[in-house]
Amino acid sequence: MLCQHCSKEQATTHIKRVVNGEATEQHLCAACAKKLGFDSFFDDFSLSIPNIFAGFFGDAPLALAGRQSERCATCGSSFEEIVRSGMVGCADCYKMFYDRLLPSIQRIHGRAKHAGKQPPQTVAATAAPQETPQAPTKEEKLAELQAQMQQAIESQNFEQAAVLRDTIKALKEEA
Amino acid sequence: MNNPSLDSIVLSTRIRLARNLKDHPFPARLSAAEKSEVNAIVRDALLDGENGLRYLEMKDLSAIEAVSLAEKHLISPEFASDAAGRALLLSEDETVSIMLCEEDHVRIQVIEPGLSLETAWGKANALDEALSGRVSVAFDEKLGYLTQCPTNLGTALRASVMLHLPALSRAGLMPRLSSTIAKLGLTLRGTYGEGSKPVGEIFQLSNQVTLGISEQAAIQNLESIAKQIMQQEAQARQSLKNDSLFVDKIYRAYGILTSAYMLSCSECTDLLSLVRLGAALDILDIPIEALNRLLTQIQPATLQADAGRACSPAERDVMRAQKVKETLQRK
Repeated sequence: MLCQHCSKEQATTHIKRVVNGEATEQHLCAACAKKLGFDSFFDDFSLSIPNIFAGFFGDAPLALAGRQSERCATCGSSFEEIVRSGMVGCADCYKMFYDRLLPSIQRIHGRAKHAGKQPPQTVAATAAPQETPQAPTKEEKLAELQAQMQQAIESQNFEQAAVLRDTIKALKEEA
Repeated sequence: MNNPSLDSIVLSTRIRLARNLKDHPFPARLSAAEKSEVNAIVRDALLDGENGLRYLEMKDLSAIEAVSLAEKHLISPEFASDAAGRALLLSEDETVSIMLCEEDHVRIQVIEPGLSLETAWGKANALDEALSGRVSVAFDEKLGYLTQCPTNLGTALRASVMLHLPALSRAGLMPRLSSTIAKLGLTLRGTYGEGSKPVGEIFQLSNQVTLGISEQAAIQNLESIAKQIMQQEAQARQSLKNDSLFVDKIYRAYGILTSAYMLSCSECTDLLSLVRLGAALDILDIPIEALNRLLTQIQPATLQADAGRACSPAERDVMRAQKVKETLQRK
């Protein structure tokens, strides 16, 4: 097969791509492939991964884009920048934008409460006498209820799911 | 495991842990100089002279060396593509690799041959303990370990096993298997991870959910699903063994691999998949471990790294055929 770009050399690089569900194929010679930016080393590898993750945030957080001026004091990221890049700026962003990140986190993982190990200094901090644990916020309650509802649906316990659905609805309607 | 027909299905096990320093923005918000600062902190925390790690700046490696590391799965392809501000801690036997300033400040990775999730987790966890005992790691009680991408929050643990599934994929069962697996909180994808197509009928099974599940539970879950897939593959292989047309294909693949003067990478991996299956079914007498090593050795950058120079595609095809012939004919 001849190169589709120069139609002179033998095609040695074959690129298959799926964009928006549509598959395209390109057959190029080594020189044209290089010229067009298909470095032969990376053919089999995926590139630009962050763009895929940006999709995880969906459009819901963008609808909340009212408080545009708010920026993380530590790294200067705004919530909109985080949504656009699919990447959180720093550890403090998670505190700053917690309520707004939570629905997406919930959607990705199904649950929103860590159940694994902790680093040693945190263990020390928790072991020390501490003020009573904070009551869960409304977002956390919703996240937990939604996870429970999902589990109820998966185990085909529809009665319980319906009860949970109503509880969620009531909680959402609370001012 | 003591079942040889199942052992041959698994190539390797990997555990990856993502960690970030508490007081530094995540890598995407850092300049190359700031990344180097982070790298130095992690290097000083982890280089204790006992764990056999050495420190490499990615900018000191040639493109061929960097891509070869990606072909060996020691670093991600993305990490190989841009050297600025990136460094690597690598063990002598290449079972431990720690990427610094990839997507997160620290990515601890342990690779073990065969299905050995517990062993790999033990090693990765020991490195994590060493790190978090010496530096402040970004952690939140509700969200767990904080990562640049929210998909890794919680344990920030990715456990995966590489499975050779020629019988299941030839039976056209992969799409159905993938969607079943997705419902179980796991993913099945190509050899080089995210978005890559499967090469040589090798698939990577890994956990997807990291928040709300403990490390032990995630690992046990993965192990039990991996074993079920392996059982299915083993059954499907038995029926192929009695199919004389298929056995003929295996011998033909062996014939081409042992006599061709030039082999392209894709032809070679396709044929090696058949030969590896033939070896697993005792049709061919070739050690599986040698074939596993060969799958990496025939990759374009690794061929050139071993030759110590850049070679044209045609030269590589000759070298590849030579390498394959040597391995297959060695008794």
